[in-house]
Amino acid sequence: MSEISYLLFQAVMLVTFLACSTYSVFFVSQKNRVRKVARILLVSSGILQTLYILSRYQLVGHAPITSQHETVVVFAWATTWAYLSFRWRYTVKNFGAFVSLLIMFLLVLSSLASREVSELVPALQSWWLPVHAGVSLFGYGFLALAFCGGLMYLLQERELKSKRFGYFFPRLPSLEALDQLNSHCLTVGFVFLSLGIVSGSVWARQAWGTYWHWDPKETWSLITWFIYLIQIHQRFTAGWRGKRAAIMAILGFAAVAFTLWGVSYLLGGVHSYAR
Amino acid sequence: MPGERIILLGVNHKTTPVEVRERMALSSGYEQPLTALKQIGTIRECYLLSTCNRVELLLVAEPSDQLIDNILSFLFGDRIAKEQCREYLYIYYDRDAVHHLFMVAASLDSMIVGEAQILGQLKEAYRHASRFGCTGPLLNRLLHKSFSVAKRVRTETAIGSAAVSISYAAVQLAKKIFGNIRDKKVLLIGAGEMAELAAEHLVGQGVAEVVVANRTLARGVELAKRFHGRAVSFDELISQLEQVDIIISSTGAPTMVLRQSDVRPVMRVRRNRPLFFIDIAVPRDLDPDLNDLENVYLYDIDDLSSVVEMNRTGREREAVKATRIVDEMTLSFGRWMEGMTVTPTILALRNKADGICRAELEKTLPRLTGLSEEERHAIEVMLSAITAKMLHAPLAYLKSESCGGRDNSEAKIDTVRTIFDLGGDDQ
Repeated sequence: MSEISYLLFQAVMLVTFLACSTYSVFFVSQKNRVRKVARILLVSSGILQTLYILSRYQLVGHAPITSQHETVVVFAWATTWAYLSFRWRYTVKNFGAFVSLLIMFLLVLSSLASREVSELVPALQSWWLPVHAGVSLFGYGFLALAFCGGLMYLLQERELKSKRFGYFFPRLPSLEALDQLNSHCLTVGFVFLSLGIVSGSVWARQAWGTYWHWDPKETWSLITWFIYLIQIHQRFTAGWRGKRAAIMAILGFAAVAFTLWGVSYLLGGVHSYAR
Repeated sequence: MPGERIILLGVNHKTTPVEVRERMALSSGYEQPLTALKQIGTIRECYLLSTCNRVELLLVAEPSDQLIDNILSFLFGDRIAKEQCREYLYIYYDRDAVHHLFMVAASLDSMIVGEAQILGQLKEAYRHASRFGCTGPLLNRLLHKSFSVAKRVRTETAIGSAAVSISYAAVQLAKKIFGNIRDKKVLLIGAGEMAELAAEHLVGQGVAEVVVANRTLARGVELAKRFHGRAVSFDELISQLEQVDIIISSTGAPTMVLRQSDVRPVMRVRRNRPLFFIDIAVPRDLDPDLNDLENVYLYDIDDLSSVVEMNRTGREREAVKATRIVDEMTLSFGRWMEGMTVTPTILALRNKADGICRAELEKTLPRLTGLSEEERHAIEVMLSAITAKMLHAPLAYLKSESCGGRDNSEAKIDTVRTIFDLGGDDQ
């Protein structure tokens, strides 16, 4: 089993790398044929990631979201499928080039972490594990999309404001499209994030008897949650949009990244068996 | 048939001011003008293209002053003096007509070079013309050829992707800001010609509404009517900013019309929906500091020029390439037409010789008594051999390509027709 799992991971890395480079080629050349190939590659990568996660499940005997490696793979997987589901409804020019880079980056990070099979602490042996972690990571996936959109927005906005049109101007989509992307992905991501926190707190009540006990990861999740809450609230009430929304999406994602990595390495706590 | 030529007559945005174009008699679809055209007796084939920038007729007919007069009154009605009309009208014949048609189809003659709309309009016009039976073999072939010219130019050059004019640049920017501009509203401050042009282009791209704010309301109302929009007074300017998205300013005012402090509060009311200001007035109407506001984008005429410039470098090269394609296709169509005119001449020549032979035979044979069937046949063969040999030289002359060129072959046809007295009506 570990053999198959290993091979699958190599395949994931290879296909994702191909998808990512094909998207880059498309970004430079803007030839539609290239984009078609890139899409097929990314979908294949998504399927391979799913298979890898399933094989990992077989291997470790529980939902594979406990070690650092597994968590980041699931994060990449969630981002991939969040993108594909988004792509199914909206078209945002050259979005794939940015997202595939991020997915590749996440997978490289995951490959650097130890792939050892870790024993599951009894407290975690529950069907709440896949629900809580899966939902949270899926939320992260959408927030990652918003992050990419935010970067693209800032790039395009700079071209438009400075009136010096360089390489990116014709290649990036309209500000409006990017702002909508931001709004859509944040809303969906925020809903998943909230569900993740709620399910975690219900699980905590069952496992440890209290809903909330200020474990660093919980605290940082809450901070992240508030950052996004403020942003969404401001969008609906004061019409925060455009550049401000893009910056907030990037800040929010920085908080997500810190919750995921920083907390585990720097602050410890009950969540840090996920090392 | 001989003497008939391809004639292209028309007016376009270059020759004719819009006041005249809009007064031209053809605004009500194609059916009525096409039937009217068919009524002009001397026209064998015809086709009519009418867009907001041009009205062009393509005819196969024998050119005459009478015909031109008829066409003039067809185009302009009685509303404009004949002499004035002639000034606006351009007339091309044969190869020049073909060339012009191809230039139009390839969008090289458009106000915005490379825009794609014209081909659709051409096809639409052709559909109508052929539905009413106005086109014949020559125009059918010519128009189909023009479509393939347009297609070649589009696929082989990048002319379609390059923007050229200020107004195109404005639209390009608007699309990068708003994505879809179909539900966006445009406010014109001042009713200058440039603003009008830019607005025209935006309307062509399907913006939802045009609002005109002008110091003299009457002129504003007039302009608004053109775009089916509404006019507002100058005092309402700031409140209008709450509703519109794209603002084109071109007043002759010596001072700023809008300042940063005017617009800042508006953005709150707009809930930060973006505003795109285009300032094409000199001196400028809009405070350059507007660009510092969040979600506000301000472009003055120089900024736009730099967008145009960015597009232009590639554009000129592409236009040269496109013109070459047009020239090449004109040449090949010209060659086809030559064939069309040489063939009937050859036919006429043969018919004439055969006619003479038959007439002479009929005169002579009855007088020759005692001829066997075989001998009669031999005489017939001899006669046709003589005519064939006599005709060989002129036919070879007609068909020869050694001298090349169309003008030459027209001259050759003329010579042969004169020498053999093939006349105007050879039927």
